[in-house]
Amino acid sequence: MRSLEQIGALVEREKSEGAASARADELLRLGEEVLEHWVAAKNKAPTSAKSEGFRLLALHRQGAKSVPSLNACRETCRELVYHYNLISLEPDHADTEKRLTLMRHLARHLYYFVSGKMQSEQLGEFCCSSRPLRLNDAS
Amino acid sequence: MSGEVKKYKKVAYYPGCALEGTGHAYNRSTKEVGKTLGLELEEVENWNCCGAMEVKNIDPKVQTYLSSRVMSIAANEMGHDVVMAPCNGCYHNLKKAEYDLKNDEASRQVVDRISTKAGHKTYRSGQVETIHALDWIKHGIGEEALRAKVTNTLSGLKVANYYGCMYTRPRHIFPEKDKGAGTESTSQPHFMDDLLEAAGATNVDFPLKTACCGGAHTLSDSDLSTKLVLNIIQAAEKSGANVIATECPTCHSGLEMHQIRAERKFGVKTSVKILYFTQLLGLALGLSPRTVGVQENVSDSFPLLKEMKLA
Repeated sequence: MRSLEQIGALVEREKSEGAASARADELLRLGEEVLEHWVAAKNKAPTSAKSEGFRLLALHRQGAKSVPSLNACRETCRELVYHYNLISLEPDHADTEKRLTLMRHLARHLYYFVSGKMQSEQLGEFCCSSRPLRLNDAS
Repeated sequence: MSGEVKKYKKVAYYPGCALEGTGHAYNRSTKEVGKTLGLELEEVENWNCCGAMEVKNIDPKVQTYLSSRVMSIAANEMGHDVVMAPCNGCYHNLKKAEYDLKNDEASRQVVDRISTKAGHKTYRSGQVETIHALDWIKHGIGEEALRAKVTNTLSGLKVANYYGCMYTRPRHIFPEKDKGAGTESTSQPHFMDDLLEAAGATNVDFPLKTACCGGAHTLSDSDLSTKLVLNIIQAAEKSGANVIATECPTCHSGLEMHQIRAERKFGVKTSVKILYFTQLLGLALGLSPRTVGVQENVSDSFPLLKEMKLA
C-alpha cells in the first residue's frame, strides 16, 4: 500500500500516460488504496472481498460500518465505479478522455475527503465545544 | 388542484441564520420566485437557530429541541402543517429532529422538559412536514406550470447542479425520498435539474453533485477546503458547465470564497459562475438580476448573464 502522500501526488497529477483501460485501472486502484488507509486507521484489515463486483465498494462498506458519516463519499465511490465501467465497456468512445478526467476528479475528491476526515478525527471537533474539552468536563 | 399542490401553496418559512447573512441573496430570490409563482410564505415567528454547529457537539438532544421549537411555533402557534427550509443545514436538522422524536423516547423526554420550561407547547412528531425549497417549487408548481411561466429562457446556460452533502444524507431521515417516480433520489438527486431544465437550461452530467464541499474543514484546514472546492469546480468545468447551481447557503459561500482563494493561494483560476437555483429561476421568470440579488454574490456572473441576454 502506498502512503497517503504518494497517493495524493498521483491523484493530483493532471493526467497519466498509457492505454485508457490501464489508466482507469490505476485510478480505481488509487481509490481503493485511499479506503485501505481509512480502514487500517480503524485497526482493521482492509477487506479483499468485492461488493457488486468491486473491491472499492466493499472497502467503502467496511469503512462506513463504524463511522456512518463515511457514507458522504458513497456516491463518489459509485461514480468512480460507473465511470470505470463506461471506460471498460467502450474504451474507444469519443468521451473516454473526458471520462478519465472525471474519474481523476472523483479519485481526488475521495483522497481529500478521506484524508481530511482522518485529520479531523485526530483534532477532535474543531470548535469551542471540541471533543477534548468535553471529555475533560466529563472526567 | 391536487391536495399536494394545495398543501404547498402557503407554507411556514424558516430561513435560518445563514439566509440573514451570507445567504441573503438566497433568501431574497426564494421570496421573489415564490411571489412570482403564486406561492406564499409566512415566516416562522421568533424562530431560533436549528442548532447546526456547536450545540450539536455539546448535546445532540438540545439540538433536537432547538429544531423542534421552530416546528412547534409553526404548528401550534401559526397553524401550519408544512415548514419550508431552504438551507440544507436547517432542512437536515429539522428532518433529523422529526426522526428522533418519532423514534427515541429519551429525545421526546428532553424536548418535553425544555419546552415546558421555555413556556411553549411541545412539538409532537408528525405535526408538520419539513420540506426544502426544491420540494416547495417542484411539488407546489411543477415543471409544466413553471415552463409555462418562463419569459426569459435559460437556454445557453450549461448547469452543473450541486446539491451538497446534507440534502440527501443520512437516508433514513428522509423517508419520503427514494419512493420511485416523482420522488427525490438520495443517490442521484434531480429536483434542481428538473426545475432548471423546465426553465430552459441544459444540465450537464456532473459526478460530484452530492460531494462534500469541505465546509467542516474551513477553520481546521483551509487549504484542504480550498482543494475540495477547487476539485468540485474543476470537475464542473470539465463536465462542460458554465454555471454551478446551488441550493445551500453554506455550500454556495464555500464555493465562492474558495474559488477566489484557489487563485490566490494555488494560482489556479477557474471561470465557472456560481448562482443559487432560485436566482436562475427568477431570471427565467423575468425578474431582474438585481431583484434576485445577483449583485450580492461574490462570483461575478453579470458578464455571462449579459452574454446570455439574462441581464
